[in-house]
This record gives sequence, C-alpha cells and structure tokens, in this order.
Amino acid sequence: MHRTGELYGQFQTLEQQKETASLGMWVFLVTEILFFGGLFLAYTINRHAYPTAFGISGNMLSLPLGFGNTIVLIASSFTMAMSVWSAQTSRRKAVPIWLIATLVLGSTFLGIKVVEYKQKFDHHIVPGQNFDVTYCSRNQIACGLSDKDFADEQKEVKEGIEAEAEEAKKRGAANPEEVGAAALNAHAQLYFSLYFGMTGLHALHMIIGAGLLLWLIFEGFKGRFDANYNTPVENIGLYWHFVDIVWIFLFPLLYLINRHLA
Amino acid sequence: MAEHSEEHIVSPGLYAVVLGALLIGTFITVQAAKVDLGRWNIVLALAIAVTKMTLVILFFMHGKYSSRRTKLVIVAGFFWLAIMLGLTLQDYSTRHAEPSRTHLDGSPSSLVVRS
Repeated sequence: MHRTGELYGQFQTLEQQKETASLGMWVFLVTEILFFGGLFLAYTINRHAYPTAFGISGNMLSLPLGFGNTIVLIASSFTMAMSVWSAQTSRRKAVPIWLIATLVLGSTFLGIKVVEYKQKFDHHIVPGQNFDVTYCSRNQIACGLSDKDFADEQKEVKEGIEAEAEEAKKRGAANPEEVGAAALNAHAQLYFSLYFGMTGLHALHMIIGAGLLLWLIFEGFKGRFDANYNTPVENIGLYWHFVDIVWIFLFPLLYLINRHLA
Repeated sequence: MAEHSEEHIVSPGLYAVVLGALLIGTFITVQAAKVDLGRWNIVLALAIAVTKMTLVILFFMHGKYSSRRTKLVIVAGFFWLAIMLGLTLQDYSTRHAEPSRTHLDGSPSSLVVRS
C-alpha cells in the first residue's frame, strides 16, 4: 500500500495529489451538509408551526450540560487542528498525543450526552408510549427540581396548554379546552423526536469519528505521519471539524431559542 | 495545474486565537439567549453560529488557504443548502389555503374555515 507519501501515477506532483484528496473530502462533506440540512429544515418548519410546544420543550433541556458540551467539542476541534499542525511540521511524536487529547474530549462529549439522554428518560420526554410533557410539572422530586424551578415548570406548562387551546380555538375546534393538553403533548413529542434524531445522528458521527481517531492514533505511534504524508490526519480532521460545526448550530437551535422566556 | 500553491501551515498561535474567539462566541450566545430580544433572539443566535462556523471553515479546516477549486466546492455546498432551505420554506410559508390539512383535534381545514 502507498502510505509514505509517494506519488501515484495519475498525478503530476505531490501537491496535486494532496489537493485532490482534500477536494474529495470536501465533496463528501458537502453531501453531509445537505444530509443534516434536511433535518434542520424539518426542525425549522415544525418550530414555526408549533412555537409554544417547541419553546417549552427546548427549555426542558439542561443548559449547563449543553453549554459544557459545546466548550468540550470546540476544544476538541482545537486539539485536532494541533495534530494536523504537528504532522505538517513533522513533529511525529506529538501527532498521537494531540489525537489522544481529541479522542478524550470527544468521548467526554458522548459521556455528557449519555447523562442528558438518561435525564430525558427519567423526565418522561422520550418519544413513545410513556411520553408526558407535563411529568415534571407534577413530579418535583423525580425531576430533581427546586421549589422555584418546580413552580416555574408548572407555570410554563399551564401557559403552554392555554396557548395550545387558543390555537385550537382559532382553528375552529369544538372543544378547545379539552384538546389543549393533548396538543401540547403531541407537539412536544415532535420536538423531542427531532431532538433525538438530530443529536443522535450527530452522536453517531462522533462515534464514527472516535473510531477513525483510534486508527490514526495507532498509526501515529508508528510515526507514519509527517510533512511528507499526512492526508489521513488532514481529512479526518476536516470530518471532525464538520461534526463540530453541526453542533455549533444544534446548540443554539435546540437549547437556547426560548431561554429568555424561561 | 499551475494554480495551486505551496501547502500553507497555520501557526498554533492562530489556532489558539480562533479557539478563543469560538469560546467567547459560545459565551455571548448563551448570555444573549437569556435576554428578551423578541424575534431578534433567533437572528442573533444564528448570526453568532454562522460567524463561528466561518472561523472553523477558514482556519481549522484551512478553507482560507485551499485552492480555488476546493473553495468553489465549499461555496457550492452552501449554495445547494440555500436552495433546499429557501425553496422549501417559501413553499411552506405560502400554504395557508392548502385544503388537505387536518388538525390533531379534527377541526376543519383552514380553507374550509376561511372561504
């Protein structure tokens, strides 16, 4: 296998060969942009259609965990960039060290995500049979809410049901008071389906990225990557930064939009 | 094939500056979200996200130093994304008279109510 940066027959120069590899990676990332773009589009349309339920649902996510994860992921992009720099400047020993730092940060992100997902199960806001958006407004201890947070939660859910009833009334429903709660629950379930779909797909990309990092670390310890040959580090770096960008949009859209009303 | 230049190596110092800018951006976006700006909350949040994305693409992903061909591919990606978002949203935003819409509570469609 060609692994040491030798020139393939179809290229004229090493520069051209490297540029081709990078261009190909970007073409793949463009398909990824459109892949995630479809989900962002679905989210936008539904958020616009059901602003009340989406606002309440978004405020049920943990801001400290989401914020912390954003910091962790941005830091991992920095360490990834440093591993590319180490390879480009032939610092062979530093390459796997920076890659390990990236893997540790990426794993931290996934670990925090697991804690968040667990919390959603505890709060009965995972789409399915037991979905109940009002659960935490009735179970203070199970949701670990302080007296103030519990009161806020109750107020928010109550206002949400009223707003949904108002919407139903505008549409000409015969019994708007009765459908308010059901509508809030259904529309909140839509939000959390998108939440799990989007963050789940993002997490899947992180898991694939972690696998790729393991391989890079293994090869990096053999001293494979230097100024002459670093295409795998560069391209997996591009992938890793792309996954970071997806999160840069997921975080404000899912966690932040309605915080000022909380 | 004479177009591409020598490989450009971004210095760790610049990476650190970008890291700092991204962290500051994250902090600002969280603080701004807690203030009631009405419809501008979402605009500001997206503006900060786009700025952060641009920094990541230009420096972490070496977009600024890539060949014109690669830059074209990057821009084309966002162009296609804009087509998908733009055309779909203009469709949804002009669907008020769509007759087949049914509601959760079984209420009549908006066309029937309004016409």
